[in-house]
Amino acid sequence: MADTTPTQPTSFQEIILRLQTYWAGKGCAVLQPYDMEVGAGTFHPATTLRALGSQPWAAAYVQPSRRPTDGRYGENPNRLQHYYQYQVLIKPSPPDLQELYLGSLEAIGIDMGLHDIRFVEDDWESPTLGAWGLGWEVWCDGMEVSQFTYFQQVGGHDCRPVSGELTYGLERLAMYVLGIDHVMDMPFNAPTAPIPLSYGDIFRQTEREYSRFNFDVAETEILFRHFEDAEAECKAILAHPATDPKTGSEIVMAHPAYDQCIKASHIFNLLDARGVISVTERQAYIGRVRTLAKMCADAFVMTEAGGAGAVA
Amino acid sequence: MDLLIELFSEEIPARMQARAAEDLKKLVTDGLVEAGLTYAGAAAFATPRRLALTLEGLPAMSPDTREERKGPKVGAPDKAIEGFLRGAGLSRDQLEARETPKGAVWFATIERKGRPAAEIVAEVLEATVRNFPWPKSMRWGAGSLRWVRPLHSILCILSDEHGTEVVPLEIDGIRAGDTTRGHRFMAPGEIKVSSFEDYVAKLKAAKVVLDPVERAEAIRHDAAQKAFALGFEVVEDAGLLAEVAGLVEWPVVLLGDIADDFIELPPEVLQTSMKEHQKFFSVRNPGTGRIEKFVTVANRDTADHGVTILAGNQKVLAARLSDAKFFWENDLRTVARDGLEAWLDKLEHVTFHARLGSQKARMNRIARLAARIAPDAGAGAGDARKAAQVAKADLASEMVYEFPELQGVMGRYYAKSAGLSEAIADACRDHWKPLGQSDEVPTAPVAVTVALAEKLDTLTGFWVIDEKPTGSKDPYALRRAALGVIRILLDNGLRLKLDHLIDAQILEHHIARARRKGVDDGEIEALEATLDEIAHHGVFGAAFKAVLAAFHKADKAHAVAEGTYMARIGKTVPDLSDDLLAFIHDRLKVHLRDEGIRHDVIDACLNMPGNDDLTLLVTRARALQAVLETDDGANLIQGFKRANNILAQAEEADGVEYSYGPDVKFAEEETEKALFAALDAAEAKIGPAMISEDFAAAMGAMAELRGPIDAFFEAVQINTDNQVLRRNRLNLLARIRDICLRVADLTRIEG
Repeated sequence: MADTTPTQPTSFQEIILRLQTYWAGKGCAVLQPYDMEVGAGTFHPATTLRALGSQPWAAAYVQPSRRPTDGRYGENPNRLQHYYQYQVLIKPSPPDLQELYLGSLEAIGIDMGLHDIRFVEDDWESPTLGAWGLGWEVWCDGMEVSQFTYFQQVGGHDCRPVSGELTYGLERLAMYVLGIDHVMDMPFNAPTAPIPLSYGDIFRQTEREYSRFNFDVAETEILFRHFEDAEAECKAILAHPATDPKTGSEIVMAHPAYDQCIKASHIFNLLDARGVISVTERQAYIGRVRTLAKMCADAFVMTEAGGAGAVA
Repeated sequence: MDLLIELFSEEIPARMQARAAEDLKKLVTDGLVEAGLTYAGAAAFATPRRLALTLEGLPAMSPDTREERKGPKVGAPDKAIEGFLRGAGLSRDQLEARETPKGAVWFATIERKGRPAAEIVAEVLEATVRNFPWPKSMRWGAGSLRWVRPLHSILCILSDEHGTEVVPLEIDGIRAGDTTRGHRFMAPGEIKVSSFEDYVAKLKAAKVVLDPVERAEAIRHDAAQKAFALGFEVVEDAGLLAEVAGLVEWPVVLLGDIADDFIELPPEVLQTSMKEHQKFFSVRNPGTGRIEKFVTVANRDTADHGVTILAGNQKVLAARLSDAKFFWENDLRTVARDGLEAWLDKLEHVTFHARLGSQKARMNRIARLAARIAPDAGAGAGDARKAAQVAKADLASEMVYEFPELQGVMGRYYAKSAGLSEAIADACRDHWKPLGQSDEVPTAPVAVTVALAEKLDTLTGFWVIDEKPTGSKDPYALRRAALGVIRILLDNGLRLKLDHLIDAQILEHHIARARRKGVDDGEIEALEATLDEIAHHGVFGAAFKAVLAAFHKADKAHAVAEGTYMARIGKTVPDLSDDLLAFIHDRLKVHLRDEGIRHDVIDACLNMPGNDDLTLLVTRARALQAVLETDDGANLIQGFKRANNILAQAEEADGVEYSYGPDVKFAEEETEKALFAALDAAEAKIGPAMISEDFAAAMGAMAELRGPIDAFFEAVQINTDNQVLRRNRLNLLARIRDICLRVADLTRIEG
């Protein structure tokens, strides 16, 4: 190895800590995960909602994410139904975002002098969020390590200014940096710690439990009902007049409504994993979640954080 | 002077680069020429991060021009004169009144001074950047400019033997300059450039090969060399080569190993993983015929000569292939245990379309249609039926779930491992084809049969539920399906009564829908009884009416009374069938137009009986086109039209149709007699030629009439006072019309 190599991280958590430190150093607010079940870091309101409107924004956070269909009972070396994404959102996207991103790879121990980093076309679209953007998947020696997207639209609204979004698949990236072949073998804390814990020590059992639950046990009748409830609740929240009768002030409840949208989206993912949604019905469900996302986006841009009242 | 432009941005998608370079060249050169700035030569280039254009031999200034414009009359309303002045960019005292034959008129002389090249270049480049036709473009930051990815800098210089000047230009805060940057990692510093040659040389020193052709050639050459050194060969792939050349500015070829564990995987699985997902070239061992190595192309040199990069790539490939191997082995185990049946059962629960039922129901419908088509395609009905039933079984396999692009290919492997014949296994692979304009058409009889049945079932199904393509919307790719039908029929020269097959399959769909809706069993049975009749004997409308009549006679009138399912179908199906056939004809016109066959020629042939037999239709069209390209043929059309026009006028005036045979005994002129003889001769040839479908011979015989017809018109006056002669001559023209129309509807021919 060349002597310019920064010290190598030794554990999953060290990689996360280095990313946190790096992005904090670049001026991002380091947020905490959103406290709901989501399919990807993008669903965190710090991305979905904050990408809307004119207010500047810079945030970085880890987001635990769930994709029920990807469960493999902890046996597949790369696939998990619960995993972590690292998410960065900066608005407006700075002109040196690519360089900032490459700096983060160096920070976690990827030597730019030895590796082949490539930006390969990959346009991002989230039909459930009514969102799309252009960008790349970033390859390191042929492996996709991140998604890099310039948001163009969210919730049906044009993004002005445009946010730059970075998403790192943490397990995959860390396995690569640490040279691990099976995710369950990856050191979670330092291997030299008094009680060293591997990823498997922490998650093998939960992967097994959730895989069984997601594929075979989750009660679909209840889920269908929950979906309807979340959808109805989301709409009901937004149907309230903006003026709060108690305080007399304007309070648009964009976030509580959006929580219900997130909930509906996750329930849909579970139903999908249970295999009870047909191909054509699938589109209809995605459309229903998108309708909610759009309503929430419409509400958010009426709020202060959404840029209402700001000089256009 | 020479012009150099570089638009430097974040990574441009590989698939867009070549087109973008061409667009840049065209937009800039068109703009310059329009502004009066000519040039001697132009070339455009693209790398992942830049579009570049060089133009040689520009003049320093555009030439002075002088244009005279005629305006309104002297004394015209002020409004008119002001409008004219605005258009000409002059003031009233610059106009000149001149006497013309129509009175005094204002004239304007607009003199334009030539402008410096730099000024024109700046305008043209700004317009080009702002209106660039990217297939997809975006905004970034807080700006409003659109580009394919964020645009960072613009290099725009004019140079000659005296020096280099930067063209003054600023677009959305990006000021043009004379600098660029080298390779993102190997030479990221700024580079100052004075000319195109300087630019190319300095870029190369900064680890950027500007010309994509040079990059592709370097990759091809190095890959071949590295493989050859080990006695291997690279599997050529021009599309992949172009794509990979668009992913790197400094190509470095690395040859890697595929672990032994994976070499036994089907080669298509290896290639899909490598090409689609990793952009690797496959490397074959000529000794074993297998893919045993790969070539990847990195974008940089490294101190360890690519060892780390190659190790990383090998690891990624191994992870992908171990997934694939896992699915492959699971699938083979499933087939060994249950045959393909387990998958077919699964497909019963997979919806093809909410209103067209499950995949399994679809396969059964296709199987019945395939059995009908089989004899005409030279396939056994049993084989065709079986092949259609299992053709889509692989949709339920794990491998296809993970690698959807392998559907069909895997179907073939699984069919073979289930002990089915080669012909059936091949049909599983090929029944999807042709997928696009350039995709190959199946030729083996069983595959052809299933491929046709699959597409006809899709078309009729979506017609029945009224989901036809409209405008640019064609979500179910029905145009592609129709083109597939056309190409399969034509390429294999198949003779099918499409009309009957469409009718029968539309009825199949109705039966399936009736079942799902719980329509009375008796009605369904009656419908099924008519299916074979329709497929073999006739157009649905006629047959169905016969069935309805039969029901009435048999005292079952209640079964077909107004409002029953049967009566409803009887009313809608013939229209649908005609509509679908017209749709296929429209696609055929597009297809033949690409082949250079004129649309009026196709129309002339479409208007003939048997037009649902596309092979026959096209044979006729090709023969007609060929004969129209001859001198005799082209002139014959004129003669035919003249005869037809005279006849039409006479028939209109006289209120009769001239269709009696003319009599040679009333022929006075030699040319008239000669025409009689020629028509007899032509008829003697055309009749048998048409029966044997030898259109070339028939049309050749028709074209031979050109001389006699021309001579006849030259010498003979049709509308003489002698009514007997006139009538005889009109009847003679009618015979010309009759003979010609037997070959094709020549009234449709233009010109």
